[in-house]
Amino acid sequence: MSEIIPIGPYHPLQEEPEFFRLHVEGEHVTKLDIEIGYNHRGIEKLAESKSWDQVVFLVERICGICSTSHPAASVCAMEDLGGIEAPERAQYIRTIVAELERIHSHLLWLGLAGHFIGYNTVWMWAWKYRESVCDILDKMTGNRQSYAMFKVGGVRRDVLDEDIPWFKKELDGLKPVLDMFKGAVIDDPVIHARTKGVGVLTKQQAIDYCVVGPTARPSGVPIDVRKDDPYFAYDWVDWDIVVLEEGDVFAKAVCRVLEMYESVKIIEQCFDKMTPGVIDLHVKELPPGEGIGRAEAPRGEVYHYCRSDGSNFPARYKVRAPSYVNIFSNEVACVGEKVADAALVLAAVDPCYCCTERLIVVDHDKNEERVLKANDLLRLSHERTKEVRKELGV
Amino acid sequence: MGADDVYRYHCRRAGLLRVVIYMGLKLKALTRSPWVYHLSTGSCNNCDIEILDCLTPRYDLERFGIVLVGSPRHADALLVTGNMTMKCIPRAKEVYEQMPKPGVVIAIGTCSLGHGVFDGSYVMPKTVDEVLPVDIYIPGCPPKPEGIIAGVAKLLTMLRQKA
Amino acid sequence: MSERRMTWKEIQKKIHEKYDDKILKWFEHNENRIYVDIDPSDWIEFGRFLFNEFPTRFIIASAVDTPRGGIDILYHFDFLNLPQVFSVRVFVKKPELEIESMAPYIKGTEWIEREMNELFGIQFKNHPNMKHLILPDDWPEGNYPLRRDQ
Repeated sequence: MSEIIPIGPYHPLQEEPEFFRLHVEGEHVTKLDIEIGYNHRGIEKLAESKSWDQVVFLVERICGICSTSHPAASVCAMEDLGGIEAPERAQYIRTIVAELERIHSHLLWLGLAGHFIGYNTVWMWAWKYRESVCDILDKMTGNRQSYAMFKVGGVRRDVLDEDIPWFKKELDGLKPVLDMFKGAVIDDPVIHARTKGVGVLTKQQAIDYCVVGPTARPSGVPIDVRKDDPYFAYDWVDWDIVVLEEGDVFAKAVCRVLEMYESVKIIEQCFDKMTPGVIDLHVKELPPGEGIGRAEAPRGEVYHYCRSDGSNFPARYKVRAPSYVNIFSNEVACVGEKVADAALVLAAVDPCYCCTERLIVVDHDKNEERVLKANDLLRLSHERTKEVRKELGV
Repeated sequence: MGADDVYRYHCRRAGLLRVVIYMGLKLKALTRSPWVYHLSTGSCNNCDIEILDCLTPRYDLERFGIVLVGSPRHADALLVTGNMTMKCIPRAKEVYEQMPKPGVVIAIGTCSLGHGVFDGSYVMPKTVDEVLPVDIYIPGCPPKPEGIIAGVAKLLTMLRQKA
Repeated sequence: MSERRMTWKEIQKKIHEKYDDKILKWFEHNENRIYVDIDPSDWIEFGRFLFNEFPTRFIIASAVDTPRGGIDILYHFDFLNLPQVFSVRVFVKKPELEIESMAPYIKGTEWIEREMNELFGIQFKNHPNMKHLILPDDWPEGNYPLRRDQ
């Protein structure tokens, strides 16, 4: 249900009612109220009227950007329920699709964050190179988003051996691009000034709020479903998780950039290790019982729980997206920041896209409420970047 | 007719003329380079990302003069995605009222056509075209950027033929 | 919260030592999925013990309407770097549907308890901020979408 929380005031292109209410005193935020629910689509109830196979299609559309992670957790849950082990080739293909999605999601975030800070070139370039990842996915699965690849017991489409050299070539072309972004993000003094020390989530806060993914790892909490509870082919390939200590927006950005490198490593190894074989077990029914599936989306852990009474329809299907826990942590991460920075902090947890665009600011000193529209937030942020540039003499 | 009446008559004519000129200019703008405003009414964001993708260097809508604006008051066309969930209905109506007329509404993605996979959900009493007057539907889940541009281009041709 | 790494065997042993008499049922679906049933009156104590004694993370809670005259609430936990998912099941009876809220002790449970309240009608006593989370504020009172008996 409320698996997608559409917010994040860094996109000026959509209009939705307020999700955040910042209480300010002077220039700084003292409290944050969060309201969600605009994207609530009743998915859990709908899942009870769909067959098991259809549920995978339904959950794919919970979020467009993590459109592999929900089907991944879904097939893991159903396979856990039925005690099914998918064939090896299918696991490799699933891993490849999931990691490609991680790269394209992180590039998307990088672009939007760049746009918010005022670096429109970063936005255009990140999205331009994201197109090449979408091309690989298009050739492999038939669609740029919503791939419809996963099913219980395997995958729907095979990867043709004659296409693999082209995929590898495109991936190789991505490596210098990642180097460029690493340099652009990690070495830029203005980005350092705008994001270091901003929106710090301490390790204890990360643990109390039970956050996941690239909101937890930059705060020193080393959790990653791919390592802790391996699924697909993640424990058949060599890779490392990225853990940082500072917990600020800069650490979150660096974490995502470094994760992209790991993803490329994983995909290459999967292409090399994949052997010919079946890709689908043609599972016909699921026994009664309960199943739990987890997957690591670009935003953190996706958790699905299903209960079956032996029929073709779930008796209960519970979905929890990572943004559900990550957004709640903004309550503490935003406190003490200026308004221009607060919006950046809200965006740094990479809420599954932002459809929003208005913040309500409650000024306790002046005793008034003012609404900041997306354009205002962008303007505030760009002005802050200019100030920072002046201070640095850049 | 007294002097007052003549004066009022001329004011009314001038006013009407202003309105006619404005509508004509708007229609012309609409057919040449529409400024669009994007409204998401409870979507999974696939369509929203594809719309934004149209701005990126590969598709580059801006070279056609199509610009995404930050406020419905500057818009000639409304790009609507999403399922029109209950919480979004009053918001969508408000945005439509704010858009100066004549304006067109473009429904993008299967969800805005008729809910798609979400059909039957308890929070979606109406479809997008039961709340807003939709002029063109672009199906797809999500429609590719080429599809979105083709749909918008078809609409422009339709409008030019009307105007 | 304990920082040192513990193995699943150690955790299991400690839980059995302290709460063996309170655990109504211990079911292992497989080596990584454990389901434990306890009484609603023991929930707060057990939940706090799990969260404070071990390196635990609260994942989420799922409520399931059953034909047995009540609702199953499963609170799912994981032990940071271990693959096990430990689900604690409490059965709340209809029509009262009351249970003590865990939100004052584990911050991460606040939102999901609000959601379970509005979708199932479960009353969480002493919840610090009970109000609508995902349904519109004008949603009809008493209409619980995920209940099967309405």
